Amino acid sequence: MRENVKARRVVTGAAVLALFLSGCGGETIESGSDGGGSGSGENCGTVNLAVNPWVGFEADVAVVKYVAEEELGCTVNTKDLTEEVSWQGFASGEIDVILEDWGHPELEQQYVEDQKVAVKVGESGNVGQIGWFVPPWMKEKYPDITDWNNLNKYADLFKTSESGGKGQLLDGDPSFVTNDEALVKNLDLNYKVVYSGSEAALITAFRQAEEKKEPLLGYFYSPQWFLAEVPLVKVDLPAYEEGCDADPEKVACDYPETPLLKFARKEFMDSGSPAANLVQNFSWTNDDQNLVAKYISEDKMDYDAAAQKWVEENPDKVEAWIK
Amino acid sequence: MTVLTASRAAFTRPGRGRLIVAVVGVFVVLAAILRGTHTLSLVPSDTTALHRWFNEVNRWVSSNRNESPLFLYFFNEIRAFVGSLTTFFQDLIAQPSYGRPVPIIGWLGVVAILTLLALVFANLRVALLVVAGFSFIGLQGLWEESMQTLALTLSAVFLALLIGIPLGIWAGLSDRVHAVLSPVLDFLQTMPTFVYLAPFTLLFLIGPASATLVTLVYALPPAVRYTAHGIRSVPRASVEASESLGANGFQRLVGVLLPMSMRTVVLGLNQTIMAALSMATVAALIDAPGLGKTILKALQTLDVGTSFNAGLAIVVMAIVLDRLTTAASRRAPVQQQPRWRRPLLIGAGLAALFCVYLSRTYVWAAEFSTGSTIGDDIARLSSTFSDWVTSTFSDLTGWLKDTTTALLLDPLQTLLVESPWWLVAALLLALAFLLGNLQATVVTAFCVAGLVLSGLWQDSMTTLAATLLATAATLLLGVAVGVWMARSPRADLIIRPVLDALQVMPPFVYLVPFLALFAASRFTAILAAVLYAAPVVIKIVADGIVAVSPTAVEAAIASGSSTWQTIWKVQLPMARPALVLAANQGICYVLAMIVVGGLVGAGALGYDVVAGFSQGELFGKGLTAGLAIVVLGIMLNRITQAAAERRRNA
Amino acid sequence: MATVAPSSQDRVSDPGPAPSAGSPLISVRDLWMVFGPKAAAVPQNQELCGLSRRDLMQRTGNTIAVRDVSFDVAPGEVFVVMGLSGSGKSTLVRCLTRLIEPTAGSVVFEGENLLEADPKRLRDLRRHKFSMVFQNFGLLPHRRVIDNVAYGLEVRGAGKAERRQRAGEVIDLVGLGGYENSYPDQLSGGMQQRVGLARALAVEPDLMLFDEPFSALDPLIRRDMQNEVIRLHRELGKTMVFITHDLSEALKLGDRILIMRDGKPVQIATGDELVARPADDYVRDFVSDVPKGDVLTLRWIMRPVTDADPDEGPELGPDVVVRDATRVVLESHRPVRVVQDGKLLGIVGQDEILSIVAGAR
Repeated sequence: MRENVKARRVVTGAAVLALFLSGCGGETIESGSDGGGSGSGENCGTVNLAVNPWVGFEADVAVVKYVAEEELGCTVNTKDLTEEVSWQGFASGEIDVILEDWGHPELEQQYVEDQKVAVKVGESGNVGQIGWFVPPWMKEKYPDITDWNNLNKYADLFKTSESGGKGQLLDGDPSFVTNDEALVKNLDLNYKVVYSGSEAALITAFRQAEEKKEPLLGYFYSPQWFLAEVPLVKVDLPAYEEGCDADPEKVACDYPETPLLKFARKEFMDSGSPAANLVQNFSWTNDDQNLVAKYISEDKMDYDAAAQKWVEENPDKVEAWIK
Repeated sequence: MTVLTASRAAFTRPGRGRLIVAVVGVFVVLAAILRGTHTLSLVPSDTTALHRWFNEVNRWVSSNRNESPLFLYFFNEIRAFVGSLTTFFQDLIAQPSYGRPVPIIGWLGVVAILTLLALVFANLRVALLVVAGFSFIGLQGLWEESMQTLALTLSAVFLALLIGIPLGIWAGLSDRVHAVLSPVLDFLQTMPTFVYLAPFTLLFLIGPASATLVTLVYALPPAVRYTAHGIRSVPRASVEASESLGANGFQRLVGVLLPMSMRTVVLGLNQTIMAALSMATVAALIDAPGLGKTILKALQTLDVGTSFNAGLAIVVMAIVLDRLTTAASRRAPVQQQPRWRRPLLIGAGLAALFCVYLSRTYVWAAEFSTGSTIGDDIARLSSTFSDWVTSTFSDLTGWLKDTTTALLLDPLQTLLVESPWWLVAALLLALAFLLGNLQATVVTAFCVAGLVLSGLWQDSMTTLAATLLATAATLLLGVAVGVWMARSPRADLIIRPVLDALQVMPPFVYLVPFLALFAASRFTAILAAVLYAAPVVIKIVADGIVAVSPTAVEAAIASGSSTWQTIWKVQLPMARPALVLAANQGICYVLAMIVVGGLVGAGALGYDVVAGFSQGELFGKGLTAGLAIVVLGIMLNRITQAAAERRRNA
Repeated sequence: MATVAPSSQDRVSDPGPAPSAGSPLISVRDLWMVFGPKAAAVPQNQELCGLSRRDLMQRTGNTIAVRDVSFDVAPGEVFVVMGLSGSGKSTLVRCLTRLIEPTAGSVVFEGENLLEADPKRLRDLRRHKFSMVFQNFGLLPHRRVIDNVAYGLEVRGAGKAERRQRAGEVIDLVGLGGYENSYPDQLSGGMQQRVGLARALAVEPDLMLFDEPFSALDPLIRRDMQNEVIRLHRELGKTMVFITHDLSEALKLGDRILIMRDGKPVQIATGDELVARPADDYVRDFVSDVPKGDVLTLRWIMRPVTDADPDEGPELGPDVVVRDATRVVLESHRPVRVVQDGKLLGIVGQDEILSIVAGAR
């Protein structure tokens, strides 16, 4: 019986509390409050942007999304996907634009040439540079290390538990194709390629190496936000010449500079949407991208804030994209 | 490792032990002589015909997905159904829906409903835990992300139960179905997710359907297993009693088997939820929204703090859901519940309804106000801590890594990787026969053949070396800590929650500190695997030892055994089934981390899988590597199981 | 209990006639239960049948759980099957209702060979004719007592009101009134088995099977339960087949007892006959500890009448238990005359009595 009383008390208490809360009220929810853009083109529609998993790509997307929404009044969806899966999206209609492509000849063949669902929109203005890098302190201490001819001289410095008595060349961002095994062999270097397996592993390794002044030779690339934090120094391999990388087995030259490309779904480009025009015209430099990437990664700004900041600083560039 | 334990087992039979030593000895000598020949090496960027054939299949699917009736009438239908189910859950709790800027049920409603569930199915303590846990997540500033993860988990779990329970019942009733399903479930659990992420997006496109289905693959096995196990462990007497009274199959199922296996099925639900949650991070790679995305994004900028904050939210959610379902499975039967429960529950139900109403009406109850800075504080603190640890200990850890690698890993790997493949194959077959039995040898032969045909022999051997070492370390740790926990309730009380947290904390969160401490190396990968596998192994060992009959322990003490003797001569031998299970689970969990190992410098199969996911040209190779991991798992489990059986019979 | 005149049967394979008039309720002939591969071939193979358990296991992988068993059970009889663990008694009782499918032989119940019944018919019989009480009770923990008891009725499709009423009656009958709404795990072991008993009684079976129902219980409770069974048998007159490994239980309950060893029947007899005339050393060893005075009747200890015996003296029937006769014999000056239907069967003197009571037989 006593328990019953207790229970009743609890129930009443809850009800009173609830009434009190509702009495408190507060702002009520209004439906259909999605504001939408304030820009000019009301007929822009929806754009689906792929976001590949690196910050530079996010910088591209942040700015394009911001401009498309604010200036053109488009609805922009972003989808976090790896490259391979993004390309699939062209065929299924779920992805309209890939803003930064580092070269996927097979995918290009498949979706642009064979299936004709995607088109190459042009260059993004960024130039990709793959290569071998060392932390800056090494360049100071061993000035001649940036010449590949001296690498064997320093091989001992780069020994690790993983390299089996040779110097370690830390490779292996899984997203990038690498010729490094062939390079080591063909340039007769006393090095072993070790596959770190992720960008995070590469960056951590370089960050540690610079902090603790430890030797490290690794595969890296530009543009990359991390270069704003630690300006890695590139090691010069035998200069790239057209066709020197034709046979992957016999490569003995540096990686080519790759103009990064924009790809888009064919239907989307043909739609005449102002967003298609924006994608067509979008172009900026490595420095631009690194800056926005730094806003995002170092300063921890969200996409829109980072993009807004850059857009406000570079009105003429943006103007050129949407004209 | 398996070699070590099992060889001790074999010594119980005179001659066999010596034979094994001889076989290993001959192998080592031959390996030294023949080193570097017939190693079947393959550079990471190279592919074989088999890999390219898989690429072709991939391409074919991609080109034909809009025409083939298989897609139009099968995959697309599944996709539509699963997609709308997932979207329903998302609309319900996670995302703006039906033209409103908020989900159907806001945070207050969600917390109220979960609390009500806790009251109905568990107890007041769990209810309080629910309130505390979910409020904490809200204060972390991760409410929406968490609800996305929860929605994905719920839809995957719903499907897992929908499919898993009937399958489990079937497997519980029929030995043949059981025999067929078991390896399939093993396969689903060992096949690395990275391998089927890309194919799934091909089959089911990017979006909620794929995310749910990817999660489902991993969450389904426990649902099936536990249901089958529950059905199978209903006491024979009850089944017979019902049979003797003339119950037909259906009456037996509904009246006896199902009610009596309910607890086990609920435990299965618990495991299903845990599995689904642990997959939520990986599903973020194909655009599944939620906490996983936060973690992966943070990983791109090595933002340890943010990813830890999100990882913590997953841990909190997992622990709350775990306690809720565990309490539900242990719940006192209705009759033992006090009389005042009923009015209380009705009251709570009304209050929950009212909260739901509020959460649909008022902004404060719909959106968790993010005024709190707890999330940022956690992020800042954890990243400071991580920095401190890495800068303070990296010399020590570097030494540890180098020593272990030089003394243990390198010699073992050299033996397996640099020897001719046929020599290693012969060793494996001989060990399978000597430690296990003929059947294990046949299975091993098939596995070895599979590895050779995969074109990834050398990578497989590198991975095998790391796996053996990781499993050995896991078991040692498991036995040591497990025994400690079993003997000291206080230790158990403290360690268990830590294990729970470790088990659900996505490995991506501790990847960066680990890399800073141990650099990109095989050792880091082994450590990550041990960290992931140890909690499960420790728990199994601890529970197994606790379950040893107290009489036997008493008898041992009464006859003057020292603590050590009691452990060594009584508790461990009597907990043998648990130890065998621990070894098997240890292997499975270590294998599950191979891919993560690939992300931190282990190379080999793990790297192949990751690269295959990222580079279209390597898709086939990644798929093959995934299969090779499964094959390794089958081989190791067959040999350990056979060795365990042999020892029991000896 | 032992109200029936013993009819001694030395050959065990001969099932023995039903102790009371009329046809047997259940009649088992040449029943075999062989586990393992190609089980059906074993009973027909003389050579294999001759092997010991271990040899057979090694040779063919078979185990013979029940080996060529035959017996009859008369209506109203309590028939006990007794043996040590592994003697095949539990398998035997399961073969009777085909919970385990026998390998060979026949089980004729009310004129119908059960081994030929189709599943539907078998289920029908189980629903209406047999019921069973199990060693580990086999209760359904998720159901209340009353629903456990009503389970058999529910399975056969009885309406709710009917089964509640019937279940309530039976619960009262076994002395569980007041516990209808409890759950099994709230009851003690003895009370749980009463639920098992009630469940078996509820379906009003013609034949009740007991598989070591009391071996999991404490001795005192076991005795209560045995008395309960005796009482129920007296009140309801059910035919029972009772499995036990406890000789005193067998002697207490059984009209006749079948002793099994390694799946083989060793002897079928009444309790007193077992004690008086064990068929072999195995049985003799078994019964050696039995207080013979409590079991044997005068029939088994009387000596033939000689001319030297006086024509007068106290008279007792042949079925009087020795213990009850002791006082009479010892106080009498003359030997006691064992008389049935006015006919002198034999003489029991002080020597005969003392040899039993002193255990010097």
